[in-house]
Amino acid sequence: MKKFTIVQSKAIPLAIENIDTDQIIPARFLKATDRQGFGENVFRDWRFDKEGNLNMCFALNDDKYSGEILITGHNFGCGSSREHAAWAIGDYGFKVVVSSFFADIFKGNALNNGLLPVEVSPAFLKQLLTRVTDTPNAEIKVDLETQTITLLSTGESESFEINSYKKTCLLNGYDDIDYLLNQKEKIEQFEIQNA
Amino acid sequence: MGKTLFDKVWDKHVVDSVPDGPQILYIDKHLIHEVTSPQAFNELKKRNVSLFRPDQVVATADHNTPTVNQHLPIKDVLSRNQLAQLTKNCAENDIELYGLGHENNGIIHVIAPELGITQPGMTLVCGDSHTSTHGAFGAIAFGIGTSQVAQVFASQCLLLDKPKSMRISVKGKLKKGVLAKDVALYVIAKLGTDAGTGHFVEFAGDVFENMTMEGRMTVCNMSIEMGARGGMIAPDQITYAYVKGRNFAPKDADFDKKVAVWERLKTDVDAAFDCEHTFDASDIEPMITYGTNPGMGMKISESIPTKNNASFEKSLAYMGFKKGESLIGKEVNYVFIGSCTNSRIEDFRVAANYVKGKQKAVNINAWLVPGSQRVAKQIKAEGLDSIFIEAGFELRQPGCSACLAMNDDKIPEGEYCVSTSNRNFEGRQGQGAKTLLVSPLVAAATAIEGKIIDITKQLN
Repeated sequence: MKKFTIVQSKAIPLAIENIDTDQIIPARFLKATDRQGFGENVFRDWRFDKEGNLNMCFALNDDKYSGEILITGHNFGCGSSREHAAWAIGDYGFKVVVSSFFADIFKGNALNNGLLPVEVSPAFLKQLLTRVTDTPNAEIKVDLETQTITLLSTGESESFEINSYKKTCLLNGYDDIDYLLNQKEKIEQFEIQNA
Repeated sequence: MGKTLFDKVWDKHVVDSVPDGPQILYIDKHLIHEVTSPQAFNELKKRNVSLFRPDQVVATADHNTPTVNQHLPIKDVLSRNQLAQLTKNCAENDIELYGLGHENNGIIHVIAPELGITQPGMTLVCGDSHTSTHGAFGAIAFGIGTSQVAQVFASQCLLLDKPKSMRISVKGKLKKGVLAKDVALYVIAKLGTDAGTGHFVEFAGDVFENMTMEGRMTVCNMSIEMGARGGMIAPDQITYAYVKGRNFAPKDADFDKKVAVWERLKTDVDAAFDCEHTFDASDIEPMITYGTNPGMGMKISESIPTKNNASFEKSLAYMGFKKGESLIGKEVNYVFIGSCTNSRIEDFRVAANYVKGKQKAVNINAWLVPGSQRVAKQIKAEGLDSIFIEAGFELRQPGCSACLAMNDDKIPEGEYCVSTSNRNFEGRQGQGAKTLLVSPLVAAATAIEGKIIDITKQLN
């Protein structure tokens, strides 16, 4: 996994609540057997119309907006456990997703793929969405070490929570398999005791 | 202080704790399927790590499989390739695979319980959010991402923070025609799709105590739809009777020994939950959803709420419904009875009992998809197949089918589908398809009438 430290970028606002993983990556695109290329179909049915033309009203297609930070509504990533959702968002080029609330499995999947879910207060989320919509060039800085997210133009800032183990993993690019493989002896011991 | 059912099972599976970090949780059974496993197998290869405990992994093909002509080669190249990959991966890693055509094949959350793989007190995971289903047996069961599938392959463990606990009690007696699915949709409509996030839910109270295992599985299956990682119901005589005699269940004296252990899997009287909700069974009626998440549900006789919220309005616009509108009388052309939520024998009995001697409406396409080969066999053994066929229903072969429309079972654009599945998300059953979630009884009634009816009028 790549290390994550600081992301400073413009952002794309997606002010919709309860965005489920079927919207992030529809099931018909889950037939691949590798992890690459899912970004092409991220939010497929919102980004494209039925004929395959870009829907220019959708924020990701709006020339005004760009950046590595996606700002979304409450309860982002609910639904299916498909990790393809996190892969698709990362593959499209996002490094951070900001919301006031994330669904459990999506949050875990994102963290396991170096995509940082930043959970902010509903008030700060509203502020971010308004600022970015009004001033698409506004830059946002997400600093994992200090656990802060800052709107650089105004200095408005909020701190966010992250599990300290996951933080260490992201900062150093470690993943859970590395850790677990080093615990084999303990695991085998556990199996013997519980046989 | 006492322990909850969840505490008891969780604590028994903790191998160790990472200082200032998560716990290492041991996984008893790992269920896999074709969609979320290939990348995890690739990960093992990339790291040159072998699969740690192949005997504890069970595989099936379900998400992608066709529900007609399963004996023929699969037409869709990508689906065919994904299934071939699963077969190859299972063979290379000594994993038991119940592939297409196997007598044990079916939806993973239907076959594991019916084969007796799922047992009380276990930890089970699968790269599928509806793994919560297995909690019906008093097991800790939850969906995981593909990175975690690889972790379990490599170590039979996961690194997890212990979730918070929630108890949902439903007390009293359910009205006639109110099924487990209605209970689940009612609770989700009351609490919302995010209420369970970060929690494991225990379903308690006489409604669940009196429920069949099939009903309990439906309820626990839907616990992910309120955001909970999983749901659980304490095992009891109904659980033991269901498990006993199944292929992988302990036999004879071993079974009795296990039951003695399972008997202890009950929440202690003095145990505390982080959060509790209580509902009155008599308030629950047959339910239907009107929006694009499972929390947007109401009693079938009610009208769509009038709520001012952009996401709510976007959802109604997709569905083609108006605030304050009743759904009674709405014409529907598709009915789907199937999915890991409602594709067990009991679900088809309920539907057949209603359909018997009636004819489906001419406008209706009614797809019945059993959850497994065994359920399909049982449908025939009980003669339900002739009831359905005489009524004009289409009885297909097992699989996930139109629940997520990865195979050819897609609801056409713009069409409504009254469905016993678990998700009404935009496009879930096909691009532009509009899903209304219901119980098998309401689905059967819709198929006969060709439109949504107030089933409560027939029940009273």
